[in-house]
Amino acid sequence: MSILVNKNTRVVVQGITGKEGSFHATQCKAYGTKMVAGVTPGKAGQEVEGIPVFNTVADAVRKTDCDTSLIFVPPPFCADAILEAADAGVKLIICITEGIPVNDMVKVKRALHGRDVRLIGPNCPGVITVDEAKIGIMPGFIHKRGVVGVVSRSGTLTYEAVHQLSTLGLGETTCVGIGGDPVNGTGFVDVLPLFEKDAETQAVVMIGEIGGDAEEKAAEYIKKHVKKPVISFIAGITAPPGRRMGHAGAIISGGKGTATEKMKALEAAGVRVVKNPAEIGHAVKAALGR
Amino acid sequence: MNVHEFQAKQLFAQFGVPVPRGKEITSPEGATAWASELNTPVFVVKAQIHAGGRGKAGGVKITKDKAAVAGLAKELIGKTLVTHQTGPKGRQVHRLLLEEGANISKELYLSILVDRDSGWPVFIASTEGGMEIEEVADRTPEKIIKELIDPAVGFQGYNGRNVAFALGLNTIEPAVMNPFIQMMGNLYRLFMEKHAAMVEINPLIITKEKTIVALDGKVSFDDNALFKHADIQQMRDLTEEEPLEIEAGANNLNYVKLDGNIGCMVNGAGLAMATMDVIKLAGSEPANFLDVGGGATKETVAAGFRILLKDPNVKGIFINIFGGIVRCERIAHGVIEAAKEVKIAVPLVVRLQGTNADEGRKLLAESGLKLEVANDLWEAAQKIVKLTGKAA
Repeated sequence: MSILVNKNTRVVVQGITGKEGSFHATQCKAYGTKMVAGVTPGKAGQEVEGIPVFNTVADAVRKTDCDTSLIFVPPPFCADAILEAADAGVKLIICITEGIPVNDMVKVKRALHGRDVRLIGPNCPGVITVDEAKIGIMPGFIHKRGVVGVVSRSGTLTYEAVHQLSTLGLGETTCVGIGGDPVNGTGFVDVLPLFEKDAETQAVVMIGEIGGDAEEKAAEYIKKHVKKPVISFIAGITAPPGRRMGHAGAIISGGKGTATEKMKALEAAGVRVVKNPAEIGHAVKAALGR
Repeated sequence: MNVHEFQAKQLFAQFGVPVPRGKEITSPEGATAWASELNTPVFVVKAQIHAGGRGKAGGVKITKDKAAVAGLAKELIGKTLVTHQTGPKGRQVHRLLLEEGANISKELYLSILVDRDSGWPVFIASTEGGMEIEEVADRTPEKIIKELIDPAVGFQGYNGRNVAFALGLNTIEPAVMNPFIQMMGNLYRLFMEKHAAMVEINPLIITKEKTIVALDGKVSFDDNALFKHADIQQMRDLTEEEPLEIEAGANNLNYVKLDGNIGCMVNGAGLAMATMDVIKLAGSEPANFLDVGGGATKETVAAGFRILLKDPNVKGIFINIFGGIVRCERIAHGVIEAAKEVKIAVPLVVRLQGTNADEGRKLLAESGLKLEVANDLWEAAQKIVKLTGKAA
């Protein structure tokens, strides 16, 4: 078992003929993911590493039955690409693109509301179910199939945590990057119930950072609904207020969204909060009594 | 990106949000000329810096004497203002806003930003105008009014009525009800069309003449949307920004200067923050946040070195790279090449992990460069702190 994606997931890559798109489509395919289609308007009939290219997502869905989209389209055109995928009937949209205007995402999120489609990201590394499907830009080889679910607002920091889990022999089920933007498609509270229900996942690592209140909301949810151990690290305890730390969403504004506040809320909900990012793996091991 | 008050007010005027008559001034002569043209009973001279708390720091002067305006301008231009938002170094004043005074009957607060929880734009209003809104929210949360705007249909009259009645405008001054609601609609348009990150009016005043006026204005813009707005890009004032941050931006690096003395260079924003945190845990303080991005190359590493070394506080450098798609041996080559170009006189610790990390570490160890190599994050942090000494 796993969550969101598995070996049957059929992926279309939007922006497949671009530099990023073609490179990562190739990498995902090499991992064993079913990469069935690509889309670049005006380039139908071409192939990228044996993956057929279509002009529209609607065409790709009709011809290949793809159910998941992986988006590398540049920021100015990305809102359009997400809405196109949703309209074409794709059920899961994973958007890697960084730098989409917030107000564009406000409109996209509103348009997707109430529809049978899930958006992951934007500005995220994607989703991987170990040894089944890698749909994103994460390095596949650091993962090892195991028992820990990972959900994170960060990219390389997630790789750091995954590396620790793999090295300690715990391994992962599915790792979900929800992205570092202030308005995103899927939050911690959407992913946590999936891990709670997944039989193979025994513990959850949740990696948050400064800005917003997604971690506080997660804490509320965990307190009420999550029985599996949750281990968390929150990045940015040394970040100054009012300054954006790389990610568009990583900012302490009006004194809200500090790492300390988030850690306090999570600890109060019974989450094991790790202060040292080098200790994430060991904390999971201890929580699982191994 | 932040803009000055006078620029915010230009945008307000453009979108039909009433503001006092005023103009940007950069010299005492300019002040005299505009004062004559203004011809108002009260003149207000306001220092223009990208920080709040100007009034308390002596950055706002009021006079009824037209002849005194030039003197006030002279006093403020070149002055360094220290407010709770500038830090102890303060900020030098280069430009002023000279505008007409207003007869204040009541001060309100109004702002609009994106509510991260719902993903909808939200108006925040309060009868406690002229105060720090965070303070109001802390002490009297019942005085904070929030109104979410459905982005599918945009601002509607009822949104305005909800806020106006909650503020009690119908009893405070019924004549401003409709102008206030109309102004909210205009602010919403400005917010969405110009891709603002936040628009704040504090105070928004009701005048004795029963009009509504934005007496102050603060607007910040979404950096990711600036490509759509040439007019907003032109409002950027580089004198308000940290020079090292401007240089980093020009090299596509994400850099934020901090006050500690361990410079750090990391790939990825989350890992960069975590690296700062681990430096603190090991007993020192980070000098900066620096994300060199997913595709770190020799060029980006060299630019990163140059920027870090220009900060005189930097006593040591910590490079933390988790190689994913980027291979560690290429990063190692980058560090070696860059270190040859840029003279590094401070201790350097490089931690490589991920793709081809062993190869990368071997290259660094054999390079002849004076540096320490580490495998593990915690080990690396302790090494650099040991080499540079703990923070005082």
